[in-house]
Amino acid sequence: MSVKIHIPTPLRQFVGNADALSVEGRTVGEALQKLASQYPELRKHLYTDEGKLRSFINVYVNDEDVRYLERSKTPLKESDEVRIIPSIAGGSTAVAPGTELSQKEILRYSRHLIMPEVGMEGQLKLKAGKVLTIGAGGLGSPLALYLAAAGVGKIGIVDFDVVDLTNLQRQVLHSTDGVGRSKLESAKERLQALNPEVKIELYETRLSSENALDILKDYNLVVDGTDNFPTRYLVNDACVLLGKPNVYGSIFRFEGQASVFGLPEGPCYRCLYPEPPPPGLVPSCAEGGVLGILPGIIGVIQATETIKLLLGKGETLVGRLLLFDALRMSFRELKLRKDPKCPICSAHRTIHKLIDYNQFCGVSTQPQQTLPSDWEMDPVDLKGLLDKKEPLFLLDVREPHEWDICSIPGAYLIPLGQLPARMNQLNSADNIVAYCRSGVRSGKAVDLLRKAGFQKIKNLKGGILAWSDKVDPTVPKY
Amino acid sequence: MALSISDSLLDRIRYHGTSAYPLECCGLLLGRAARDGKSVVDLMPMQNSREDTPESRYLIAPDDLLVAEKEARKQGVDIIGVYHSHPDHPARPSNFDREHAFPWYSYIIVSVEKGEAIELTSWILRDDRSAFDPEDLQTA
Repeated sequence: MSVKIHIPTPLRQFVGNADALSVEGRTVGEALQKLASQYPELRKHLYTDEGKLRSFINVYVNDEDVRYLERSKTPLKESDEVRIIPSIAGGSTAVAPGTELSQKEILRYSRHLIMPEVGMEGQLKLKAGKVLTIGAGGLGSPLALYLAAAGVGKIGIVDFDVVDLTNLQRQVLHSTDGVGRSKLESAKERLQALNPEVKIELYETRLSSENALDILKDYNLVVDGTDNFPTRYLVNDACVLLGKPNVYGSIFRFEGQASVFGLPEGPCYRCLYPEPPPPGLVPSCAEGGVLGILPGIIGVIQATETIKLLLGKGETLVGRLLLFDALRMSFRELKLRKDPKCPICSAHRTIHKLIDYNQFCGVSTQPQQTLPSDWEMDPVDLKGLLDKKEPLFLLDVREPHEWDICSIPGAYLIPLGQLPARMNQLNSADNIVAYCRSGVRSGKAVDLLRKAGFQKIKNLKGGILAWSDKVDPTVPKY
Repeated sequence: MALSISDSLLDRIRYHGTSAYPLECCGLLLGRAARDGKSVVDLMPMQNSREDTPESRYLIAPDDLLVAEKEARKQGVDIIGVYHSHPDHPARPSNFDREHAFPWYSYIIVSVEKGEAIELTSWILRDDRSAFDPEDLQTA
């Protein structure tokens, strides 16, 4: 198949000053490769070192952009006209002129600098990189540590929490003597000790529809290390609106996921999950637990994608969802497609600005609904009744593995899930006090049993945690 | 080899830069290439298609360029280069400029500080893409 390729003026010098050439090829890719092999000097202006067509080279067949046809596989017919059209771009502040590495930095990053895929050019890109991480917790910890170590110029962190002893099983940014301190302060100290060359910007606030665009706008890309659905949808929507990559990761128990959303050519989180799950269906890490190492693995995958995006190297997770299972030690991959009806990233979008994400996810910002006060019992009152040997049935509605950690002496275990089937083991004439870890599940048990006709059941307020605080500190908290 | 261009065309580039401030302006240099160098005979102001950061980036969309190229051919001239402004930034090409540049084209940059055109320079990409070299301007 012989086609005519029009050469733009700047490239004519490499093809003997011809403005058009006839080349054989069945597809656009074939014809261009043929041209590049006939004129080797032309090759480096058309293709990158990795052999990909340069991003600013556009190819038109009979005035149609091949991006909207079949790209390099676009078939050619005899006497088709192919045009190479540069998209002309530039600008003032990508990397400030004169940005360079100090001798100290050259030594620090030497293992990067000697790799051709990074090199001086790549390390300067990392130095010019501005990355925002949402959360300084399980995912944010390994992520921020590796980004700081790699020399990412500016790292912003959004968090509003304080370090808790239960965090330290996985949140390796923080240490034991940091318990009770703000997570941001603890994180900054650790990161600056690791690498004083990077700038750490702190945002001690809850990311919201009001502040998100303002915080995100100063960054090249955003890494989502959140543990709740409203923030996850908020980060997604804000990134799509700003056209910034959103490096996503999530974890639960032994399993994790990662992908890259937010880029115009790829799908977004809403393409994958158009609707949030009903509130309460998917337990959080605090409720369901998480293997401490898991956020390490997923957070480091997010860090890897971040570095690749900043370098512009390799194949990112755009359009792919990576699934990790620590128990089977296996990675699987799902192909993600852009939803043509996506409410935010498609041509038919219906969302043009940030919305109320708590409402969207059905999360109430009001305090959780409480039981009537005469359905509740304070731990101190329970202790008084037990000391007086009052007849009392103590019902533990936790799971058996929680029972193994600790229990209140004399209690009887029926996990909440089994309660409807085992209700006949209880006597509605007894004075029953139900408890769990914090009082939420046992509250549901009280509600359930009251509806079933039990009049004399009460909930232990604050659960076994409050029992440990107020009555018996030898009972461990978990 | 110098790029030949008239003072009045240079003024038009400066004027485009100041009227677009604080955003970046961009446009094409139309002219002819001869043995003794390139000469600009006209300008074609273009739309900056960067919607996200038009204060520090410019983009001439390929569709626009296709139309411009046909228009130039009709007038019997070629696209021989590009001009753009650097709002509140020196008139030196950035790495981003270099990564997205073509050889042979002349790249004129006008720096616009606080709304006033300060410096105007022209640059040519080396054939190995490693750097830009300054290009002399010959004003007629």
